[in-house]
Amino acid sequence: MLRFIIRRVVIIVPMLFIIVSITWGLIRLAPGNFYLGERKLAPAVEKNLREKYGMDKPWYVQYWKVFRNFGQGDLGTSLKYEGQSVNQIIWRAFPVSATLGLCAYLLALGVGITTGTLAALRQNSWIDYACTALAMVGIAIPNFILGPLLVLVFALTLFWLPPALWNGFPSKNIVLPAITLSAIYIAYIARLTRSGMLEVMRSDYIRTARAKGLSERAVVMRHGLRGGLLPVVSFSGPALAFLITGTVVVERVFALPGLGNYFINACFNRDEPLIIGIVAFIAIAVLVLNLLVDISYGFLDPRIRYT
Amino acid sequence: MNDEANMQDQHTADEAAELVVGSSLWRDAWRRLLKNKLAVFGMIVVAVIVLASVIGPTVIQRATGYAYDVMPKETRLNKSFPPFRSPEGGFSWTHPMGTDNAGRDILARVLSGGQISLMVALIATLVSLVIGVSYGAIAGYLGGRIDDVMMRVVDVLYSLPYVIIVIVLLALLPAKTPTGQLAELFFALGAVSWLTMARIVRGQVMSLKNQDFVLAARATGVSTPKIIFRHLVPNALGPVIVYATLTIPSVMLSEAFLSFLGLGVRPPRVSWGSLAADGAQTLAIFPWQLIFPGVTMALMLLSLNFLGDGLRDALDPQMRKQ
Repeated sequence: MLRFIIRRVVIIVPMLFIIVSITWGLIRLAPGNFYLGERKLAPAVEKNLREKYGMDKPWYVQYWKVFRNFGQGDLGTSLKYEGQSVNQIIWRAFPVSATLGLCAYLLALGVGITTGTLAALRQNSWIDYACTALAMVGIAIPNFILGPLLVLVFALTLFWLPPALWNGFPSKNIVLPAITLSAIYIAYIARLTRSGMLEVMRSDYIRTARAKGLSERAVVMRHGLRGGLLPVVSFSGPALAFLITGTVVVERVFALPGLGNYFINACFNRDEPLIIGIVAFIAIAVLVLNLLVDISYGFLDPRIRYT
Repeated sequence: MNDEANMQDQHTADEAAELVVGSSLWRDAWRRLLKNKLAVFGMIVVAVIVLASVIGPTVIQRATGYAYDVMPKETRLNKSFPPFRSPEGGFSWTHPMGTDNAGRDILARVLSGGQISLMVALIATLVSLVIGVSYGAIAGYLGGRIDDVMMRVVDVLYSLPYVIIVIVLLALLPAKTPTGQLAELFFALGAVSWLTMARIVRGQVMSLKNQDFVLAARATGVSTPKIIFRHLVPNALGPVIVYATLTIPSVMLSEAFLSFLGLGVRPPRVSWGSLAADGAQTLAIFPWQLIFPGVTMALMLLSLNFLGDGLRDALDPQMRKQ
């Protein structure tokens, strides 16, 4: 088990290297520069700009500088947001995205597991069909359509919730973005829970628990869920990757100052240090979280042991 | 009398032969599919939307002159009108879905967007199919170290936040011509989804390669590429079809949100994602600009998912038999 963890941790460094190299290469291949606004600059001005940002040195020197600074934890200064270092920007934006993602995923787990379990316990009843239909709707409606629709109904017509922007953590601003982001996960988790629970509830140890006289509630919650939730946990890995792309869209729609929004703006602005910084940060986060999910998988099902 | 008896026997034998109609595994699966009401509903809706997208824009252009990029000449018409409303304020059949901010008919735009979205989804799925099936089949058949290495690469790629790199790629390297842009989209989207296809095909090939027909092919001296592509792959088609049908909506969704961000299909071409982006801007006052593309897209994705699930259930017993 320890060897498995060490192997996974060690592989993070080369992968980070590859990812950052690819991103840097793409940025350099791209036509256009960050300082190209609407006007063409006089040659002397352009030369000064390039010198200031170290872009007059040969490409391999600049490439090496990226990694050397990386190693020291210095991700550079943003080219578009004057004077702000990339570290500062990420430090500010990350809590927003993290809160959004966490709330969305917890909501998805809560609603998804409940509906899935209900549907499994009352299979083929109207509750089952209602939950399955709800799940299908969550899969079918894209988040960039659901978001504006929710805004139209709850913010612009009923005036219950604010339509956009971020106001710190426990505020009403997070409700609509979290619901939008979680919709598709509610659907997947409900489906997975339902099929997982259906399988588990037929197994022998559940029958034993019932035969021992446990109440149905104890049977389900204490014994059934532990096995039935396994597919949900293993789904958490890929779900994380989707969550990131979902966050980008949701932050755009609701104008939240999170990593996703900064990332897209950086791409459009050709803001090289910011792009590389955010990509590296997201890559590390995804790899570490995947590792945690895989480890927890081993705890939940004792039959799975990693060499 | 002997002849009569013979003829009668022959007659019954003929009748008996007629009643026993052979049925292949595919036909069984088709029959199972048709019994699944949701899947049939999905099939019909998909067929309707595809048909409408393919012939709709030309029909509308011939009949009324509206197209996705046609703006009315009179300036009083360069506004967004609600569905079924004529410029004077009464009821009119001309714009069943209303117009957008420049006066372009939304129905024509939705159907043209459908053309592009469908084309991108199909071709990107094809790209991911080709790459994934080849990669998985080769890894599965060759086995051993090569398989180890190939699958390790897949595992590593699986944990990459792919879409981030795709976003960087599309944002920074926009192709010059519209066809170039589309080609870039095809490859970018195809490259994102081939991994699971490779895993599925590898599993299938590994379970098939110990069967007798492979042994026979090898004994008769069939070359390895031919064994892989001519014998193993056609027999592994069941899960491939199911997964391909489930990949199409996911690729469609990816293209839509890339277009929504401004990175996928760019003006003047439209796709459902870019229509949603335009519509979301004026949502408070002109909600129909978002609702119609949104509902169409949701319906399409829902139907494709029903169809995919139905196919999976229909082909599953067949897959288990193999």
